[in-house]
Amino acid sequence: MDEFTGTALACVRGERLVFKDLSFRVGAGQVLALTGPNGSGKSSLLRLMAGLIRPAGGRLAWDGADIADDPDAHRARLHYLGHLDALKPTLTVTENVAFYAALRGHRDPAAVSAALAAFGLSALADLPARFLSQGQRRRTALARLLAAPAPLWLLDEPTLGLDAASLDALLAVLRRHVATGGRAVIATHAPLDVPGLAELRLGSRAP
Amino acid sequence: MMSALALLRRDLRLALRTPGDSATVVLFFVLTAVLFPLGVGPEPNILARIAVGVIWVTALLACLLSFDRLFQLDAEDGSLDLIALAPAPLELLVLAKCVAHWLVTGLPLIIVSPVLAIFLNLPGEGYPVLLLALAIGTPTLSLIGAIGAGLTLGARRSGVLLPLLVLPLYVPVLVFGVAAIEAAVAGLPARPHLLILGGLLALSLPLAPVATAAAIRQALE
Repeated sequence: MDEFTGTALACVRGERLVFKDLSFRVGAGQVLALTGPNGSGKSSLLRLMAGLIRPAGGRLAWDGADIADDPDAHRARLHYLGHLDALKPTLTVTENVAFYAALRGHRDPAAVSAALAAFGLSALADLPARFLSQGQRRRTALARLLAAPAPLWLLDEPTLGLDAASLDALLAVLRRHVATGGRAVIATHAPLDVPGLAELRLGSRAP
Repeated sequence: MMSALALLRRDLRLALRTPGDSATVVLFFVLTAVLFPLGVGPEPNILARIAVGVIWVTALLACLLSFDRLFQLDAEDGSLDLIALAPAPLELLVLAKCVAHWLVTGLPLIIVSPVLAIFLNLPGEGYPVLLLALAIGTPTLSLIGAIGAGLTLGARRSGVLLPLLVLPLYVPVLVFGVAAIEAAVAGLPARPHLLILGGLLALSLPLAPVATAAAIRQALE
């Protein structure tokens, strides 16, 4: 079974060692929750997993093959959701999500509207993003996960600003993703009720 | 390829939704060029003498106005992360952004330039070459400007830093762009100058996206 693994990873940000000797493995159908205090390197680890920053040490591998050897293939199999929602205020909710799907090579209007429906955004589909509330913006960003398929989801605080109903919608989406063999790495402070959950606690060695 | 087209389409749509941004560039171009007859005086011979230089220099400056937003807005709202993580070469996506930038700023400048040429009393023989030289030269301006925009990503006071980086690189385009039109006005062949402008475009077309993509990757680290 193809696994996403990290071995003896080290990360240096601004000449400060954020973490070292960090290893993880995420198999199909597994969710890895990254927990730890602020500044412990959760976001850095996610950006490192996405390939946006290079590890100062160690290696990341997919199915045993180093991702540095084929970064294009690695980018094609992941969704990254950062702190920022990456919404264009003048584009509608549908246009924002459809752009992301098209950027990833998928032009399927049905998938986009299904993604919006999964996060309860159908009624807002034609509203420019500048009129959205914080929680609605987060849900629009989350809807991107379903607009194009990808086996690996890297989510940075996906629950930020979500109400209880939206949190349930996110958990339902995650369960479906996991049930179909997907995997996710999630930096979070909220407890996640998802099968196959493992926890990686960061920051125990932080000064 | 599909990713690049999606990005091009999005950038054009964004520009259409906020037409003020590209209108600012064109208005700056027109207003600055119109200041010259007022400042130099309405002497037709002097105006005809400086017309070509004024049009090119103001076009360069107008172009510069738009670069600090080329990647900055995408970087601020997080879209640049998604673009950099798209399953397509970042170089190709950068090229798509340059094409969009040219369509939104370079093309309008070319369209209004004959009006300014009338204002500045450019001799009639210069018009076809003026349009041709701008059509070949302005894409190079967009491509080179993108390098500056990429390098100044995340820098404080990028609006000041960017012209310092980019303007020296614009000199060849300015020199040969002006020379082509002046040759045509003097009844000499403009072709050699236009060929050099074409060469500059052919050089920056593959090199600028590579340099810009490297700068963006560095900025995202």
